[in-house]
Amino acid sequence: MPQSLEYLKETPSQTAGPYVHIGLAPGAAGFQIYDQELGQDIAGPNAKGQRIRVEGLVIDGTGSPVKDVLLEVWQANADGVYPHPEHAGHESVEEGFRGWGRVITNFETGEWAFDTVKPGALMGRNGQMMAPHINLWIVARGINVGLNTRLYFDDEAEANAADPVINVIEWEKRRETLIAKRSERDGETVYRFDIRLQGDDETVFFDI
Amino acid sequence: MTQTPKKQGEFYQRDRRWHPPAFDKDYKTSVARSPKLSLISLENTPSEITGPRFGHGDMTPIDNDLLSNYAQPDQSPIGERIIVHGRVLDENARPVPNTLVEIWQANAGGRYRHKKDTYLAPIDPNFGGCGRTMTDENGYYYFRTVKPGAYPWRNWVNDWRPAHIHVSVFGTGFAQRLITQLYFEGDPLVKTCPIVATIPDPEAVEQLIAKLDMNATIPLDTIAYKFDIVLRGRRSTLFENRLEGN
Repeated sequence: MPQSLEYLKETPSQTAGPYVHIGLAPGAAGFQIYDQELGQDIAGPNAKGQRIRVEGLVIDGTGSPVKDVLLEVWQANADGVYPHPEHAGHESVEEGFRGWGRVITNFETGEWAFDTVKPGALMGRNGQMMAPHINLWIVARGINVGLNTRLYFDDEAEANAADPVINVIEWEKRRETLIAKRSERDGETVYRFDIRLQGDDETVFFDI
Repeated sequence: MTQTPKKQGEFYQRDRRWHPPAFDKDYKTSVARSPKLSLISLENTPSEITGPRFGHGDMTPIDNDLLSNYAQPDQSPIGERIIVHGRVLDENARPVPNTLVEIWQANAGGRYRHKKDTYLAPIDPNFGGCGRTMTDENGYYYFRTVKPGAYPWRNWVNDWRPAHIHVSVFGTGFAQRLITQLYFEGDPLVKTCPIVATIPDPEAVEQLIAKLDMNATIPLDTIAYKFDIVLRGRRSTLFENRLEGN
């Protein structure tokens, strides 16, 4: 027998199930328990940059909305900096900018939305700039391992074309599944981002 | 604390054969909710290496005590009083300190406090069913709760979930984000459950079974189970693999 490598194995994932809200968003499950629920304010009051709303549906392989899905958001601020000690410049991130949030659906329709600021571009690997993007993590009943994807913005065409992550996707047609569509509504900038778990135009999910 | 290398690099790739596949015909809800195309493999960038951070200011000390965090004054939920405790480690067996652990579960009768749960077992007026805590500097965490009951669910006609507690953990980077379920040693329903069976390797299933821990049990008061959680580990950057932007 050779020597053993004393690494541990990652704990295997299990579905978040239909009652994920009890743990992560109890108000949505129908009761108040914590003084403060986490993940309800992504950007905070002091964030620089453009205020935006992002909305969409998660759609299953039959074309139906996934009404019990929960999403988590992770994004940089408008300068392209994450509020994390390993990211250069993090000391400059605005007070109250978490960059993280939890998004639940309307249980009747499956529609979800969140308010934030548009993130800035940031340096990726090998000196290549990444276009502005929001990282999403999607869990629900029937999803055995949380799904990772990225949301990019359709008004950043030039940056998107040069983005090293988008360009990893071999099929140009599939790249479009990561681009949110901008519109203006009542003076507000809204990006639409529907996520298709399966079937025609299946969203690109990443193994990160 | 264990020694930490000077600079940490990328996360070890996730062993997708250790985790359940997205599609499992016997867990019926997964059939229409599983991507059919392959995941696109990404090398880590700062977007994956970084992740949200939490502090004690985000919660109150009682949040990890499900026996009292929703109970009326001087009352307790019905059920077997248990402590669930353990450590959050990474694949290098190093503790993950100051990370957020959240749990949720059914009450002792197998009923969730959720507007979508209609099982006929009663709601317990003294039990909310969720808790949260931060690991300490050694990666240690604990909760006090009641042992959840088994309950039926619609998959095949006669499926029952084993007693379980849902567990959500963060780590330091968004790439470590994990939700799983804790099961209990000796529960015969573990072997029958299609959700447990989504995990291909029986050894991986064992990793989700909390062990009775008599040494942590409080005599005449509360029984204890130990449940360690392992998150993805990181490379030591002995030879620089150029991860820019930090």
